[in-house]
Amino acid sequence: MSPTQATLAPPTPSGAATRKPRRSRKGRPALLGIAGVAIVLVGAELLSRTGIVNPDFLPPVTEMYATLFRLLGEGEFWHSLVLTVRGWAIGLAAAMALGIAAGFVIGSFPFLRAFTSSTIEFLRPIPSVALIPLVVLLWGTQPQSAFVLVVYAAFWQVLVQVLYGVADVDPVARDTARSYQFGPLRIARSVIYPTALPYIMTAFRLAAAVALILEITAELVIGVPGLGRDIGIAQSSGNVPETYALVIVVGLIGVAVNLFARFAEKKMLWWHPSIRSEHS
Amino acid sequence: MTATTYAKKAFLALGLPLILLAAWWIASAGSTNPFWPSLQTILQTFPETWTPERLAADLVPSLARLGIGFSLAVVGGIVGGTAIGLSPTLRALSEPVLEFFRAVPPPVLVPIIALFAGYTGWLGKIVTIALGCLWPILLNTVEGVRGLEPTLTDTAKSYRLSWWRRLLFVVLPGASPRIFTGARQALSIGVILMVISELFGANRGLGASIVQFQRSFAIPQMWTGIILLGLIGVLLAAIFKVVETRMLAWYMGQRQIERGE
Repeated sequence: MSPTQATLAPPTPSGAATRKPRRSRKGRPALLGIAGVAIVLVGAELLSRTGIVNPDFLPPVTEMYATLFRLLGEGEFWHSLVLTVRGWAIGLAAAMALGIAAGFVIGSFPFLRAFTSSTIEFLRPIPSVALIPLVVLLWGTQPQSAFVLVVYAAFWQVLVQVLYGVADVDPVARDTARSYQFGPLRIARSVIYPTALPYIMTAFRLAAAVALILEITAELVIGVPGLGRDIGIAQSSGNVPETYALVIVVGLIGVAVNLFARFAEKKMLWWHPSIRSEHS
Repeated sequence: MTATTYAKKAFLALGLPLILLAAWWIASAGSTNPFWPSLQTILQTFPETWTPERLAADLVPSLARLGIGFSLAVVGGIVGGTAIGLSPTLRALSEPVLEFFRAVPPPVLVPIIALFAGYTGWLGKIVTIALGCLWPILLNTVEGVRGLEPTLTDTAKSYRLSWWRRLLFVVLPGASPRIFTGARQALSIGVILMVISELFGANRGLGASIVQFQRSFAIPQMWTGIILLGLIGVLLAAIFKVVETRMLAWYMGQRQIERGE
């Protein structure tokens, strides 16, 4: 349809549908996505095979994946993987529990919120890696070192989001609940919690990513057992394909964490307008 | 504002920090535990540790690398993000790849980049910071450009604004709130990478010297380094906030009106 025709034709309610056939559009992004991945993989393979990039620095992708599949058969690899995921999960759970509890308490009392806001604004941007020397002194390469860094980094993400969430409560809804003589617990459960839940899920998504970053950092920098430490060892012992293979694994864990967080968000917020509008 | 409201504001802003500092001072006073020196000792050590020469040798290069890396990421992220955000084909093509690269925890870039550039000079560190900061800015720019209101872009087209005018006056300002969100995330990642990139190989820099103190069991000095690093994080966040408030004043005002404040 040419532009002139489009302006002459009476406006149709579903203009987009008439202009482009629906069916061919649906599968296209997925196909293009696969093509994009293929371009990157083949491109990297060629860069390495042709020697444009020194294969000592960038081994062929096929070699990385061959190493990856060899690793999948090794118990040590799985042990490291379990340690990394466990450290991430425990730290994240602790940060969520602390952040939600503190956020609900601070957010519920205007005085507490005003009294703590300057301290929170000050403590939040302190980079958690500043604590690395301290945790090394206290726990060395034990998992506690990673735990403290993960919790410190993830806690602020959760706390700030929960505070936003509690502040977002509709005053009319809260006053209505009060007029109906709801107790504080019932208000928390049926008024504050539903309002704050989207923020809590956002907090979970952000904190999950940050927690993984700090877990890997602690392993790589301090030497806490896990995949991060394995990457450091592989690199310093000159095992380049294994370095890349492990980085790919860590990246895939990151993708899985993101997908899991988004999935959890959809499951928990199926009733929320922001999720429902995606389906309609 | 009356004097009482000022006093109240000052009390709310300073009350808790003072209480916490006092608590730290009292709890650590006369401490014999070598890992937890008294706050008094730490504060006395601070000026002798961070002399102007030391600040010039360690702090300035660290911040310079952070500044260069972050700026590169901002430019690359906005250019790449706008291109991807404007073209549905490019977006579909790159989405799974970006999804992967964003999920890679940035610190693992260090060993990879160490392979290419070595890790003694500036190059490897700057590349690490730039790559780590790139993804949050890029992805938020894509979202910002995508989320532009169709009425706006259509109006701009109807008025026959040229392509680059549309880009400059409609697309980029419209996406700027999201770009700032991405830049804020990137800045905190940048600070992390600034420190981590100095922990590899023989190095100078803020992160390197803090770890040096720790390895040589110069504990009060180590504490001053931790405090300095914390102050830098706070200061950078404050600067960022000032820039954001100035550049997004129109947007924040609009939001306030929408919320009926």
